Amino acid sequence: MLKYQPVDEVFRALGDPTRRDLVERLGAGPATVSELARPLDMSLSAVLQHLAVLEACGLVRSEKAGRSRTCRLEPGGLQLGADWFAGQRAAWGLRLDRLGAVLEADLAAEEAAPPPPRPPEGEGAGT
Amino acid sequence: MSTSNRSAEHGSFTITRTYPAPPERVFAAWSSRDAKARWFGAPDAPDYSLDFRVGGAETNRGGPPGGPVFTYEASYKDIVPSERIVYGYTMEADGTLISVSVTTVEFAAAAGGTTLTFTEQGVFLDGADTPAVREKGTGELLDALGAALA
Repeated sequence: MLKYQPVDEVFRALGDPTRRDLVERLGAGPATVSELARPLDMSLSAVLQHLAVLEACGLVRSEKAGRSRTCRLEPGGLQLGADWFAGQRAAWGLRLDRLGAVLEADLAAEEAAPPPPRPPEGEGAGT
Repeated sequence: MSTSNRSAEHGSFTITRTYPAPPERVFAAWSSRDAKARWFGAPDAPDYSLDFRVGGAETNRGGPPGGPVFTYEASYKDIVPSERIVYGYTMEADGTLISVSVTTVEFAAAAGGTTLTFTEQGVFLDGADTPAVREKGTGELLDALGAALA
């Protein structure tokens, strides 16, 4: 089955302090929903809603065993994709800066030695 | 690879730069192999080719010594001289497809030159489950950081 994990949804999910807290605690290892809810000052159903958001964007997955539900961080997957696009963005930032340096160098060279005022077709010799 | 390793992660980003040259000049840096090779990547890469026309291809191949070979293959979809370029591209690591993207480059006359807007929208496939892919992403981030601090 294909997982769909848009980066925007992850950033939205992590924009909430409760959900960041849940992700941080799951970073230490799997935990049941009741363990996750215990230190939080909110109803169990509110905690379940936060976990549902984290599951929907692929950061967390959960399994029901008997009467309790255990949550864990989804390993790797999302981080790799986010790293990939962050790397692409960084690489393009560098390239576009190099492009700027090339353009500026060309313009500076032209100012130092101005080209003939007419385009190449007008070149005197030949035609 | 078992189906449980299948994944498709989507991402997009936009970068904007303003250059002190008219749109025709900035566009020209994208439209020929030799002009683009000056800034796109390794200028002397024997495997870099560019056929700049709608339906034309661009390819590049390379990677760190001893590491995986990354293959870039682009296909040009839309070219409006001095205004817009749209191309699709794939990246493979050692022959495994890792991403498919659409890139739009827009050129707009601005005070004192040209504003270039680069937008990439893509899908990253199957976590490309290799440390090399992660290292490439991270390495490019670190390169960018190094260049910014230089």
